Amino acid sequence: MSAIISISHLTKTYKRDKQEITVLNDVSLDIEQGDFVALMGPSGSGKTTLLNIIAGIDRPTNGEVMIDGTNIGILSETELAKWRSRHIGFIFQFYNLIPVLTAFENVELPLMLTPLTKSERRRQVELALSVVGLAERMDHYPRQLSGGQEQRVAIARAIASDPDIFVADEPTGDLDRVSAEEILTLLERLNKEFGKTIVMVTHDPSAANRAHIVHHLEKGDLIPQGQS
Amino acid sequence: MSMTKLIVKNAFRHTLRVLLTIIGISVAVVAFGMLRTVVTAWNSGVAASSPNRLIVRQAVSFIFPLPYAYKEKIASIPGVSTVSWLNWFGGTYIDKDQFFARQGCDPETLLSLYPEFKLTSSEISAFKADRSACIVGIETAKRYGLNIGDIMNMEGDIYPGSWQFTVRGIYTPRSKTDDATQMFFHWEYLNERMKQDDPSRADQVGYYVVKINDPSRSAEISQKIDQLFKNSAAETKTETEGQFQQGFVSSSGAIIGAINIMSYLIIGIILLVLCNTMIMTSRERTREYAVLKSLGFTGGHLFAFIAGEALTISFLGAGIGIALLIPIVQGFEALLPRGWFPVFIIETSTYVLAGSSALIVGVIAAIIPLYRALTMKIVDGLRFTG
Ligand SMILES: Nc1ncnc2c1ncn2[C@@H]1O[C@H](COP(=O)(O)OP(=O)(O)OP(=O)(O)O)[C@@H](O)[C@H]1O
Ligand SMILES: [Mg+2]
Repeated sequence: MSAIISISHLTKTYKRDKQEITVLNDVSLDIEQGDFVALMGPSGSGKTTLLNIIAGIDRPTNGEVMIDGTNIGILSETELAKWRSRHIGFIFQFYNLIPVLTAFENVELPLMLTPLTKSERRRQVELALSVVGLAERMDHYPRQLSGGQEQRVAIARAIASDPDIFVADEPTGDLDRVSAEEILTLLERLNKEFGKTIVMVTHDPSAANRAHIVHHLEKGDLIPQGQS
Repeated sequence: MSMTKLIVKNAFRHTLRVLLTIIGISVAVVAFGMLRTVVTAWNSGVAASSPNRLIVRQAVSFIFPLPYAYKEKIASIPGVSTVSWLNWFGGTYIDKDQFFARQGCDPETLLSLYPEFKLTSSEISAFKADRSACIVGIETAKRYGLNIGDIMNMEGDIYPGSWQFTVRGIYTPRSKTDDATQMFFHWEYLNERMKQDDPSRADQVGYYVVKINDPSRSAEISQKIDQLFKNSAAETKTETEGQFQQGFVSSSGAIIGAINIMSYLIIGIILLVLCNTMIMTSRERTREYAVLKSLGFTGGHLFAFIAGEALTISFLGAGIGIALLIPIVQGFEALLPRGWFPVFIIETSTYVLAGSSALIVGVIAAIIPLYRALTMKIVDGLRFTG
């Protein structure tokens, strides 16, 4: 298998009050096509930062990030935006749905950037919503849904544009046990049935158990672990 | 879902806030339109004035008359094509509150000097034929229900006694800025009565109205006229009609200037109201903008969302404002003492200004939120908690 994500000597520093803090320190990491990877580590260890850099919404200070053959560090903002819309599906801890849009419209949002026709978009949205089991709820607004359902809509939104890589930052962090299990099962299906590569940040060991590989971060250093 | 639908849904997210903003803009647009309409009304005399009409009046004050004998002398000056004259009558029609201009005129030349007053040829000949005839503007005719053949009874003050005039024509104005409230009668009728009652006041006219062929020569011809009567008992002061009208208006010029400035300050207020709403709104949506950006939406999309929302609000406000302005101006006109403002209309330029202000205000109000949304890093936006 070839590495779809290849990170070498990645360093990320932030300046705060003229003081430089190193958030990621010389991190090198390969993730294979079709892997399901969990990132764990204490709060502030740099998990979100690493995930954001992989997803192309943050930039490395040093080092190289190759994703599916593209060095995303050298893309312009506009190129990067276009690249994200094709390759990355985002799943956030707090779902981040647009409250004035229905489930259907939220899922349709990323498709507005594609040249699909209206009926093609509709088909795609319905498909994505049925994958997450919410086809009957497509006219509901986020406030009419439970947290778990909102997260499933968010996953449908990530699925809709059919990206290769899903990044999920504590996707179950705000959910009860049952809903969390549903979400994890869904991610597993995406990985197994659809062959999607998933990188998930989590604090929850049972969530991490679903992944094939667990990486631990400690104060910006990557501590490689064995297969799970 | 289209971009438009998203923009409209966004605009009405905080229903109360956006409604208050829209009402605020509408009220401001009404105020803007009212002030501009008052300014227009005030200036309409000047605007309607013709550059090829000169007004010759007594040098000391226009309340003093000029000798009728000047007519031939003025006519002899090269460049003068027609000489006509008018005479303020004043008087009371029905009661003292009924105000509209009443003047004695020379029926033979009046309409060649004032082509903006339209009469049929039969009305013109009927007016000329009857010495006690008068013509009135359509506005005045409508107001008093006057028809051809009706008698207007007036009580004279400058020219004491009771007077009867027969309506022989009702003129319509050529354009909306022309005064359709005036009443004209035969100066001859007045003069004959003076010859009998008070001969010292006979053969005098209020002022001359002189038509010249070439408006560019107005200064030169004015000077020649005034020179002609230099050192006579009644020296003259000749001006173009525009200057003459401005003389009336200039004393109130400072007020008009202030009103004009106020009308533009109101645009400033609209801007502040909308800026405030847009800045609040976009601050609350910081995280959403970050999400949109992470999904691949670019600066152009954010521009469309934010400017589109600001423009939706500003145009709704301006549209409602204009829709309210029209009946309000009409209602106001009905309340005003008649004849205060012969012309009280919303000018096309007011609509254009309100519309273009809405456009400009919408775009400006989008600048700060847009700048913030564009420069915001996605990762910072996602961390934003308000
Ligand atoms: N934009 C920023 N500016 C300054 N410092 C930042 C910024 N983003 C992150 N940091 C710092 O980088 C460090 C790592 O942050 P990060 O969010 O990656 O941690 P994390 O492992 O995801 O933690 P948590 O489990 O609490 O989410 C923290 O010390 C954080 O304060
Ligand atoms: Mg984190």
